[in-house]
Amino acid sequence: MAYVPLADQDKDHELHDPHTFITKYIWSQDHKVIAIQYGGTAICVGLVALVLSMMMRLQLGFPDSFTLIDPSSYYQAVTMHGMIMVVYLLTALFLGGFGNYLIPLMCGARDMVFPFLNMLSFWVYLLSVLILMSSFFVTGGPTGAGWTLYPPQTITPGTPGHDTGILLMLISLGVFIIAFTMGGLNYVTTVLQARAKGLTMMRLPLSVWGILVATILGLFAFPALLVSAIMMTFDLTLGTSFFMPAIMAAGEQLDYNGGSPILFQHLFWFFGHPEVYIVALPAFGLVSDVLSTHARKNIFGYRMMVWAIIAIGGLSFVVWAHHMYVSGMNPYFGFFFATTTLIIAVPTAMKVYNWVLTLWEGDIRLNTPMLFAIGFVFTFIHGGLTGLFLGNVVIDLPLSDTYFVVAHFHMVMGVSPVLVLFASLYHWYPKITGRMMNETLGKVHFWCTFLGTYAIYLPMHYLGFLGVPRRYYAMGSTDFIPESAQALNANITLAALFVAAAQILFFINIFWSLRNGKPSGNNPWGATSLEWQTTETPPKHGNWGPDLPVVHRWAYDYSVPGYPQDFIPQNVPGDFGVSEDHDHDTEMKEGPLAK
Amino acid sequence: MSFYKNVTAKPWEYSSPTLGTGPESAFASSSERIALTLFLVVVGVIFSLLAVSYYVRMELGDWVPMSDPSLLWVTTALLILSSVLFQLARNTAQGENFLKARKLFVGGGLFAIFFVIGQALAWQQLSSNGFDVANGPASAFFYLLTGLHVVHIVGGLWVWSKTTLRFFSQDDLTSVKHSVELCTTYWHFLLVLWVFIFAVLANT
Repeated sequence: MAYVPLADQDKDHELHDPHTFITKYIWSQDHKVIAIQYGGTAICVGLVALVLSMMMRLQLGFPDSFTLIDPSSYYQAVTMHGMIMVVYLLTALFLGGFGNYLIPLMCGARDMVFPFLNMLSFWVYLLSVLILMSSFFVTGGPTGAGWTLYPPQTITPGTPGHDTGILLMLISLGVFIIAFTMGGLNYVTTVLQARAKGLTMMRLPLSVWGILVATILGLFAFPALLVSAIMMTFDLTLGTSFFMPAIMAAGEQLDYNGGSPILFQHLFWFFGHPEVYIVALPAFGLVSDVLSTHARKNIFGYRMMVWAIIAIGGLSFVVWAHHMYVSGMNPYFGFFFATTTLIIAVPTAMKVYNWVLTLWEGDIRLNTPMLFAIGFVFTFIHGGLTGLFLGNVVIDLPLSDTYFVVAHFHMVMGVSPVLVLFASLYHWYPKITGRMMNETLGKVHFWCTFLGTYAIYLPMHYLGFLGVPRRYYAMGSTDFIPESAQALNANITLAALFVAAAQILFFINIFWSLRNGKPSGNNPWGATSLEWQTTETPPKHGNWGPDLPVVHRWAYDYSVPGYPQDFIPQNVPGDFGVSEDHDHDTEMKEGPLAK
Repeated sequence: MSFYKNVTAKPWEYSSPTLGTGPESAFASSSERIALTLFLVVVGVIFSLLAVSYYVRMELGDWVPMSDPSLLWVTTALLILSSVLFQLARNTAQGENFLKARKLFVGGGLFAIFFVIGQALAWQQLSSNGFDVANGPASAFFYLLTGLHVVHIVGGLWVWSKTTLRFFSQDDLTSVKHSVELCTTYWHFLLVLWVFIFAVLANT
């Protein structure tokens, strides 16, 4: 069959326009509806995880005051909180939610290339969430083995949910991976094949780059989780010993022999570390676009940003064992992984510098999305710096089992991506609904969240230095922990409750603005990328009306001298302002650096 | 597509509209083929990780070597035949001889079904020799690897059955040609994968 590029196939396209309520909103194949379904489900399940974290905080801040929290339910809360937040909220919301909404719009396509597969991806994802949630209602409850599900703990009697709970978790993960693979193949193929005319890879907004590389990471990393889940299911149900060593439980010899728990750790973290970047890279991309738009400046070092995304993606596959320094590994092995871990800090730091340089001398508009984006730069620098400490074996060994680690990963992959999620939701909400969100409520929400999370996680670093161990239900009588640590813990809990309560403002804002928000028009922020150039807001099915857009420039033509507006949309033809006699040397000599 | 040329472009420089308005697909092949290729890489990663686990587990103390059932040579031959028939079906469909292509295509699928039956017999043979799935790590890996491979064959057969239905129900068969090509690629991949698994399992 003669090959015709997708951008040329538009003439006789069929829009399979949905007519009934069911095909329009439920069994929809429209990427925008699927994005909202994905996002809504992810946020709902994320709220469950938020409630679980409050349970943990109540126990830690005020031990033995709440009878509904016993050691079992505490560990179940820890496990489910971790797994839900990392996989079912962050991965699903960034890739299933924002990936689905933004990829076709930013690429100037009518939809994903496989709309049916896209719909299937959401419904399978929903199934995986339902399976996971059902584990709250089975005998023994959900698994309480810690979110890393390390054997032999996971399936040894005595661990909460060691039979049904863990089985449901493993099945749910398998189903989630199937859903992700269906979505992921779609995202990558769409970005590679369905871009509008003139939209070269290097003219793509960084959001698309981040989502693209993160999806590729996911496609190659989730198989490791799938493999370990399948092997653990075999150990659990068929009595094999892939991971289970010979072990006694409650005075009885279990029917296992010779398996390797460390093998599971390697497989798990071969997935687990790229997973950090599956969450972080879309966040990097989205925040770059928000910063650039609201600073009215092109992103600093666009090419470097793209290269850094690719480099981080590649390196993320060779750092996994830095999660396992305490597993008793060969010192040379630890040295190798410490080195790669420090190397990955280089492209990451480049990105941070470029964000800051994008802000420098920008015409900064401090509206809600921008506040969240700048907040992200702060929390990400803090979380990243503690990562440099923990990446070194000798520093990691004493800190590994303390609250320092909890503080580190919550700063870097909890708070930071969530701030980007808020920035992005406030930024793209007008495109999704056609209404602006309330600015005052948004700003109050920002300051409560930003300062509140610092009040939670900054003291945790200190607890870590004191040696307060993580994963403990109660400290008991521990001599080396001073009384004041408990006072600090109580304060952290109060801050956590405050931050959780502040999120109500966000939900009020979302629902209130749906009806009462100011109509946004097509391009309220004066942004250049294609999704803001649709003729309808929210975009209709098929996105672009009769003709697909043609792209003439990159996504960052902000404040171009000689152009009447301070932004030039990507689909506007013509060369403006930056003429040939404009060279960078002159700018350096006469520009702000010379002053 | 030159990847290097792509990522070293300077997007902030304005290029004349004639230069920058070509259709921008990265690869000159269909979306379905791109997605299939990506999917095959994902499947490749799954089995590579299992192979690595196999060798790691083999180093541990309780490994008891196990000889593979000789039936596997027969099933290998069946899968090779299946793959060959798919290739012939593809070639014939290229030459627009759809009736012959249909026979070959159906035959290819049937041999794949025989392969699955053969694998099931091999499992039966193995378990009657006292090698159950819980009977030591070598047999556990045997069932796991062959089982997952069969799952992929069955998935392929589902697509094969849909394509076969289209072969019989449609008047214009040019659109089926592409599905036949994709099925052929998938079957060749599964054959290579099977040879890889067989080699891994033989190393015991």
